[in-house]
Amino acid sequence: MQKNEEQVERTIGVMLRGGVISAAAVVFAGGVWYLTRFGMLVPNYQTFRGEPPDLRSVAGVWQGVLGLQPRSVIQFGLLLLIATPIARVAFSAIAFAVQRDAVYAALSLVVLTVLIFSLLG
Amino acid sequence: MNSLEFSLIVGLFGAAAGFLGALTGLGGGVVITPVLTLLFGVDIRYAIGATLVSVIATSSGAASAFLKEGFSNIRIGMFLEIATTFGAITGAFLATRVATSALGVILGLVLLYSAFLSTRPKSEIHGKVRADSLADRLMLDSTYPTPHGWEPYRVQRVKTGFCMMFGAGALSGLLGIGSGALKVLAMDHAMRIPFKVSTSTSNFMIGVTAAASAGIYLNRGYIDPVLAMPVMLGVSIGSLLGARHLAGAETRVLRIVFGVVVGVLAIEMIYSGLRGKI
Repeated sequence: MQKNEEQVERTIGVMLRGGVISAAAVVFAGGVWYLTRFGMLVPNYQTFRGEPPDLRSVAGVWQGVLGLQPRSVIQFGLLLLIATPIARVAFSAIAFAVQRDAVYAALSLVVLTVLIFSLLG
Repeated sequence: MNSLEFSLIVGLFGAAAGFLGALTGLGGGVVITPVLTLLFGVDIRYAIGATLVSVIATSSGAASAFLKEGFSNIRIGMFLEIATTFGAITGAFLATRVATSALGVILGLVLLYSAFLSTRPKSEIHGKVRADSLADRLMLDSTYPTPHGWEPYRVQRVKTGFCMMFGAGALSGLLGIGSGALKVLAMDHAMRIPFKVSTSTSNFMIGVTAAASAGIYLNRGYIDPVLAMPVMLGVSIGSLLGARHLAGAETRVLRIVFGVVVGVLAIEMIYSGLRGKI
């Protein structure tokens, strides 16, 4: 049991680190690409207009990535970052189920449902 | 100022905030929103969106390091994440209804309180105490490494802690911060969990809490990729360096400096909010 839990903790640690590093790499690549093309534009964040629809949803961002939009690539990196803790909770649910810990498997699933509901709107 | 210059400068501010945030344990996110709104005139909604994303990066990075040391309690984290995620969603929905000037004032107050909490002496009262039946049923009690080997601890006042966590989650969703200071308060003060276990479990939970409201921010168009990019990269690099520097470093002076910076930003935030300038 103790050994099993240590292994779970180690796997979660690797997942979190991997998620953050890959997200940062994608954001950086998209950022360099955006700035080399549009770096001379003057940004305006003073007035809130809200992002265009294609940067507001998972499906929209993915379409933008396929359409080679640098802003969508950055947003995709940010989605990877948001997905990292979600993947961690999904993994916890499985790990608790394997340990036959029904209460914690159920708790993990509740959290997972909330996270997915929020992300998919 | 064009996008390139703006990104570089914001990235540098982010790195400084992340560095000091990691050294002092306040988190880099707390000062980013005030810096973006007060210094760069960014609308607070864009600032909150960018900050929240950077919070996920720093907490996940730190959590992976803490897990190795054996302080984090995954069960406590998972159980309390029910409270923080529901709180975060509530907060994120409220954020779209509350006036931006009110957001500024609330953020300022929370900043002041967090800075105050970080100066509070760490309570170390735990061990031989009556068990909480809910903690027993949820198997929350565990052990943690100390210089004298692994020590057991018992978790107290689970319901109180759970309610405080809902509040911490709601503030996180409302203001785009990790609200680590409040999470630690709930765990170490109310639930009597050892300080080291509280801080590392809090770090572990911040990513999940922030992810819960990040989805709603994304759908509402608060997350601008070009603004979030330098913030997220800067804060991540800064807090990575800060965490490395932490080992054996004399941080007292830096703590005071950062505390003063946070205090000034907080008061400026409250003042600007009250005058309706945010």
